[in-house]
Amino acid sequence: MPFKHKDIIGLQDLTREEIELLLNTAENLKEINERDIKKVPTLRGKTVVNLFYEASTRTRTSFEIAAKRLSADTINITASTSSVTKGETLSDTARNVLAMKPDIIVMRHAISGAHHYLAQRVSCSVINAGDGAHEHPSQGLLDMLTMRQKFGSLEGLKVAIVGDITHSRVARSNIYGLTKMGANVFLAGPPTMMPPGIERLGNVTVCNDMREAVADADVVMMLRIQLERQGKTLLPTLKEYSRYFGLNNHVLQLAKKDAMVMHPGPINRGVELCSHVADGDQSHILKQVENGVAVRMSMLYHVSGGELATE
Amino acid sequence: MATENTIILDGAGVKRALTRIAHEVLERNKGVKDLVLVGIRTGGVHLAHELSLRLEEIEGEKVPVGAVDITLYRDDIKGHAEHLPVGKTEIPFSIEGKKVVLVDDVLFTGRTIRAAMDAIMDHGRPSCIQLAVLVDRGHRDLPIRADFVGRNVPTSLKENITVAFDAANKPTEVVLEK
Repeated sequence: MPFKHKDIIGLQDLTREEIELLLNTAENLKEINERDIKKVPTLRGKTVVNLFYEASTRTRTSFEIAAKRLSADTINITASTSSVTKGETLSDTARNVLAMKPDIIVMRHAISGAHHYLAQRVSCSVINAGDGAHEHPSQGLLDMLTMRQKFGSLEGLKVAIVGDITHSRVARSNIYGLTKMGANVFLAGPPTMMPPGIERLGNVTVCNDMREAVADADVVMMLRIQLERQGKTLLPTLKEYSRYFGLNNHVLQLAKKDAMVMHPGPINRGVELCSHVADGDQSHILKQVENGVAVRMSMLYHVSGGELATE
Repeated sequence: MATENTIILDGAGVKRALTRIAHEVLERNKGVKDLVLVGIRTGGVHLAHELSLRLEEIEGEKVPVGAVDITLYRDDIKGHAEHLPVGKTEIPFSIEGKKVVLVDDVLFTGRTIRAAMDAIMDHGRPSCIQLAVLVDRGHRDLPIRADFVGRNVPTSLKENITVAFDAANKPTEVVLEK
């Protein structure tokens, strides 16, 4: 089963088999992260540019470590410290970066579709590290890998995703990925944060009450309330949000006994997740971060298949 | 195109070759002390397990078996239209200071062996690496030779050699395809 994409923009574009291949490769690459010498020579001589137009610690660091463990050279460009602040357009920045002959651009951008735009204009590979409210494929993949490690398969799992679905690229990537893999997705969130028609994306059920989504779930995935953005206008108060859509031990008891609690981070403690649950036995949050490196290594490996793949 | 197959080694022949290699390994290393086997995925891993069984029969002591996947260490990775699936490298023991016998089914250009040696070195510093192969078919691109050989088979570049395994991963025969 070959991987024939030059870019990874979203899980919407990938088939079930391609997602499986990415996860299998990640599973096999994990071992490198346990070695004394955490490096293989696979992408020697390749250059990976991390182009981040939005703040990120986890994703950028994780992509950088992943690239370095595969022996690629990495360069980080953060928009706030670059010519972007002087008014350079995305396409101009891309052309200039491209003139330095990178092999892979890993980009995060606030505008949905920025990667699609970029991928059509550059010959190198483009990996989406998050675009607006569209997709965050590496997060979706690492979430699925974490679930697969516990349950063996994603087929038939009940996954509850709770929070601001409208503005969450994490939710979208998980919905595309999980439904392709045969899981049942249940969404819950305030009506102001639930996009109309989201159930048309596949095997997705929208619940008005969080407890309905969590009941008997195998996985409870909590989304971050983006305090810096929507948190202010779409919610009466954080306290109210927390009461109706926050995960505490009471609500978690409705899920299956050994249900996994996941969160893409960073956590707003006491808002969407109480500290008891975040640090509890059922929390897989740090496992998610650990799997992130292996998943991103797998993505970098598969897109750098060489010139032929771009034809 | 019609292909003509010649059986180089049948089931019994493979068994005899492996038994002889086991004895040669023991003779060279004066027993199994500090000895570990590392097979190259996938054929080499099956053969390494076979070799380990024989070493245990002769010496009465288990010899650890590891598996190495060389996909990440290939030198021809850029030429592929798409990347090959990555197998799992499993060396569940320290190779520091150990005598490593690298096991593969067919020795050809030597590039696989070069990659496997790099992969092993990334896990630590063995005291030595020896190479055991079931078939040596010649045509080396690199200065690499085997320490233990089941059968030397002169081939042309058009020919192909396959080692067949049954469902239980036991070697059944070695076939030369013209």
